[in-house]
Amino acid sequence: MTTTVAGQTLTGAPLLEVEGVSKSFPGVKALSDMRLDLRRGEVLALVGENGAGKSTLMKLLSGIYTADAGQFRLNGRPFHATKPKQALELGISIIHQDFNLMPHLTVAQNIFIGREPSAGRFLLSERELNAKAKDLVARLQLPLNVKQLVGNLTVAKQQMVEIAKALSYDAKVLIMDEPTAALNYAEVATLHEVIRRFVREDTGVIYISHRIDELKAIADRITVIRDGKYVDTVDTQATSMKEVISMMVGRTLTSDARPEGVRSDREVLLSVRGLSTKSLLKDVSFELRKGEILGFAGLMGAGRTEVARALVGADKIDTGTIELRGKTVKIANPAVAAKHRIGYLSEDRKHFGLLLEQDVNANIALSSVSELSTKLGFVKDRALRAKSEEYVTSLKIKTPSINQTTKNLSGGNQQKVVMAKWLVKDCDILIFDEPTRGIDVGAKEEIYGLLNELAAQGKSIIMISSELPEVLRMSHRIVVMCEGRVTGLLDADEAAQENVMHYATLRPDENPADAPELGAEPPRPEAEPTPEQPGRGAGE
Amino acid sequence: MATLMATLKTSAQRLVTGGVSSAVKDRLQQSLAFASLIVIFAFFSFASPDFFTYSNITAILFSTVVIGTLALGTTFVIITGGIDLSIGTGMALCAVMSGVFIVNIRLPVGVGVLSAILFGGLIGLVNGFNVAVLKIPPFIATLAMMLVAQGLALVISHSTPIYFNDASGYVAISTGNLIPGVNFPNAVVILAVVAVVSAVLLKKTVLGRFAYSIGSNEEATALSGINVRKWKIIVYAFAGLFIGLAGVMISARLGSAQPATGMGYELQAIAAVVIGGTSLSGGKGSIVGTVIGALIISVLNNGLQITSIPQEWQNVILGGVILIAVYADIIRKRT
Ligand SMILES: Nc1ncnc2c1ncn2[C@@H]1O[C@H](COP(=O)(O)OP(=O)(O)OP(=O)(O)O)[C@@H](O)[C@H]1O
Ligand SMILES: [Mg+2]
Repeated sequence: MTTTVAGQTLTGAPLLEVEGVSKSFPGVKALSDMRLDLRRGEVLALVGENGAGKSTLMKLLSGIYTADAGQFRLNGRPFHATKPKQALELGISIIHQDFNLMPHLTVAQNIFIGREPSAGRFLLSERELNAKAKDLVARLQLPLNVKQLVGNLTVAKQQMVEIAKALSYDAKVLIMDEPTAALNYAEVATLHEVIRRFVREDTGVIYISHRIDELKAIADRITVIRDGKYVDTVDTQATSMKEVISMMVGRTLTSDARPEGVRSDREVLLSVRGLSTKSLLKDVSFELRKGEILGFAGLMGAGRTEVARALVGADKIDTGTIELRGKTVKIANPAVAAKHRIGYLSEDRKHFGLLLEQDVNANIALSSVSELSTKLGFVKDRALRAKSEEYVTSLKIKTPSINQTTKNLSGGNQQKVVMAKWLVKDCDILIFDEPTRGIDVGAKEEIYGLLNELAAQGKSIIMISSELPEVLRMSHRIVVMCEGRVTGLLDADEAAQENVMHYATLRPDENPADAPELGAEPPRPEAEPTPEQPGRGAGE
Repeated sequence: MATLMATLKTSAQRLVTGGVSSAVKDRLQQSLAFASLIVIFAFFSFASPDFFTYSNITAILFSTVVIGTLALGTTFVIITGGIDLSIGTGMALCAVMSGVFIVNIRLPVGVGVLSAILFGGLIGLVNGFNVAVLKIPPFIATLAMMLVAQGLALVISHSTPIYFNDASGYVAISTGNLIPGVNFPNAVVILAVVAVVSAVLLKKTVLGRFAYSIGSNEEATALSGINVRKWKIIVYAFAGLFIGLAGVMISARLGSAQPATGMGYELQAIAAVVIGGTSLSGGKGSIVGTVIGALIISVLNNGLQITSIPQEWQNVILGGVILIAVYADIIRKRT
C-alpha cells in the first residue's frame, strides 16, 4: 500500500484506489471486500463472469450507487461521490454498458447536454455549441460529424459520441464498460487508438470487456474478479489469456464445441430469393437447410439485421420471395413468423428484446404465453414458471429468483434472458442476431454447445455476429454481406478470417463479375485460421 | 459512525422499497393508497358524525359505481401505455343508445342493456382501430372520439333526455336491492362483480399478460411473435364494454339518459387509475389499486360535502391528492 500525507499527493500513489468495498442489493451480495488500483498512464482491464460485479463497482466509483462499506482514493486522497456530477467534477467519467444517448438530438447536443452554451439568458447558441463540439472532436481525432442526429449513427459511432462526451469533462479516469461488445474488428482498432491517445502521465482507463482476446492489444494489467470478490491482478504481457480465463471462471475451460457437418443432401427448409427492401437490401438470396447453422458475417451496416427483420416481417419487403418447406409464404409481421415457427432474437436487447420493468419470468415466458394457455385464454402460470426456472438453471442466469425485475440483472444475464425466451419456444428456425453480446467466455461456450444441440435436433439457425471467430467456429456455411448485398457464400472449411473480410468489403460496383458462388475459389491465405489480433500500436 | 449512518440509510431504504421484488413494491404502492384511504376515512369520521353511518357508507359506494366502472376498463388501456379520453362522453352516448333500444325501439330490458354494452364495445373497437391500425396517438384518437360521442349523443337524442318511465325493471338494475328489505343497491354488487372479473382477466389471462407486455415494451412484444395490433384493438374494445356498462348504470340510476352529460367523468376515472398506482407510461398497474383509487375519490367528494366544504374546493383538493399520489410513485421508483 502506498502511504499518503494528508492533503498532499505522493507521486508514488496510484491514480485511483479501491479498498474493502462492499455493496448489497436486496437478495444479492454484488461486491464484498473488493479492491483495485489503477496506476497513472495505464489501461487496466477488469474481467469477470456475468454478474461478477464489474458494472456495480464502476457505478459505485461514478456515484450512481453508494457503497455499503469501503474507501475510494483518487491520487491518494479519499473521496466519496454520491452523485454522478460529483464524480465528473473529480475527473471520473464513465461510459455505461447501455448507452445513455438521446437519439433525436445531434452529436453536439448530446455531448454537451445540460451544459449548453447560452446566448443571452434563455436562448441556446447552436452555433457556439457546434463549434465547441467540433473542437473537441477534432482534438480527439474522432471521425464524427457533430451536426448529425445520434439516432442515425452506427453503434460504433455512437460509442465515439459517448467517448467525446466523457472526455469533454476533462476526465482523468475514464471507465469503459464493455465498449467493444457491439463493435467489429476494424472499429475495435479505431477505439483502441482513441484510448491510447487519451492515456497520459496523469490519466488512466478502466476497461471492462468479455472479449478476452482483445485484452493483449490494449491492457497493461488485468484485474480479475469472481462472485463479487477480488481474485488477482496480473501483467498482461506476462500472462496467457488461458490463465486469465481460468481465474475468471474458477476452473479450466476445455469445451471446444464445433458443429457437426451437415450433409448437403439435407432438406432445404428456407429459401430466400431476390429479397430487396426500400432502405438497404438488394437482391439477397440464400438457402437454409434443416439442422444447419448459417453464419452471417459483414461489417456494421452491411444489412444482416435488415435481412433478419425482413424475414420475420418486422420490416416491409419490397420484392423477393420467401419459400418455407417448398411453399411460398407471406410473412406480414413477426406474429405470422411465429406461427411458421420462426423466431428472431434482436441485437438490441434493451429496445427490442426485453421488458425491463417486468420480472424474469414474464420475459422468458413472453413468446410462449399463447401456446401455454387454455382455450379460454387462461395462462398456465405454473407451467410457464416451471419453464422459466428450467432455463434460469440451465443457462445459469444469475438472479435471486424468477420474480426479480429484469433491469436489475447484469448485462450478460439480461442477454441470457432473451436467449431463454426463444429457447423455451419450440421454433424450427431461430435467427440469432449477436446472440453472445455481453456474455462471458464460460457462458459463451455453453451457448455454443446449446446451438450445436439445437442443430443436431434438426433446428435451423441463422447466426449473425460481428465476432468473426464465433462465426467461423460455429457455422456450417457463412453468408457474407456488404452494403445490402450478398457478396460471398463460404463453406466452413474454406472460411478464414481473411476470406470473410475480403467479401465483407467487396463493393459490388468494384467487381461486378465476382459473383458469389458456392465453391468459388476465394483467395486462400497462408495464415492459420485463428484470427490474428491487431497488434499493440507502437505510438505510445 | 459512518457505517452506522450507512446501515440506517439502507434499512430506511429497505423500509421504503419493501425489499426484494417489484411485485412487493407494487403492493406497497397499493398499501400506500389504501393507507391514505383509511386516513381520509378516519378524518371525515371525526370531522362529522354523519359520515360514518350505514346510509352514508352505502351512498359512498353507490357513488363510486360509475367512476369505478369506467376506471376498471381504462386500467387495461393505460397498462398498454395508452389512454382513453372518450369514456365520459362515450358513456353518455351509450346511455342514450340504451334509451333508444329500450324506450324508442322497445326491446326487452335485458336485450337493450346488452346492446348498449356492446355499443360501448363498438366505440372501443373504433378507438382500437384508430390507435393500432391507423397509428393515431391514443390521446388524439380518443380525444376525437370524445367529441364525436358527445355530438352523436346530442344528435341521436335531439338534445333531450330520454326517460325510462315505462321500463320499470331498468331502474332496478342500479337502485334495486338484491336482498329484499336490505338497503344495499344492486349497482354496488355489479361493480364488485365486474371488479373481480377484471382482476382475474388482468392477472390470469393472455389478455392481461399482453397488456402488461405491450405497455412495457411494444417493439419487444411484437418481435416476440405477439400480434400487438390485434391485442391493442381487443384491449380498447374490451375497455369499451365498460363504457357501455357505465352508460347503463348511470341512466338506470337517474331513470333517464342525459345526452349532455359525461364530460369530466373521464378525468375522474383516469385520476382513480393513477391514484391506484397504475403508471401512465404503461406496463404497471392493478385492479385493486384502481378500486382503491375510485373509493378515495368518492370518499373525498362525499366527505367534503358532508363537512360543508364548498363544492368549488373539492376539485382543488382532488387535484392535490393526484399530485401527492403520483409523486409518491416517483419517489418509490427512485429508491
Ligand atoms: N440495481 C440492482 N438491483 C438488484 N441487483 C442488482 C442491481 N444491480 C446489479 N445487481 C446484481 O448485482 C450483481 C452484479 O451485477 P453487475 O451488473 O455488477 O455484473 P457485471 O459484472 O457487470 O456483469 P455483466 O458482465 O453481465 O455485465 C448481479 O448479480 C446483479 O443481478
Ligand atoms: Mg456489466
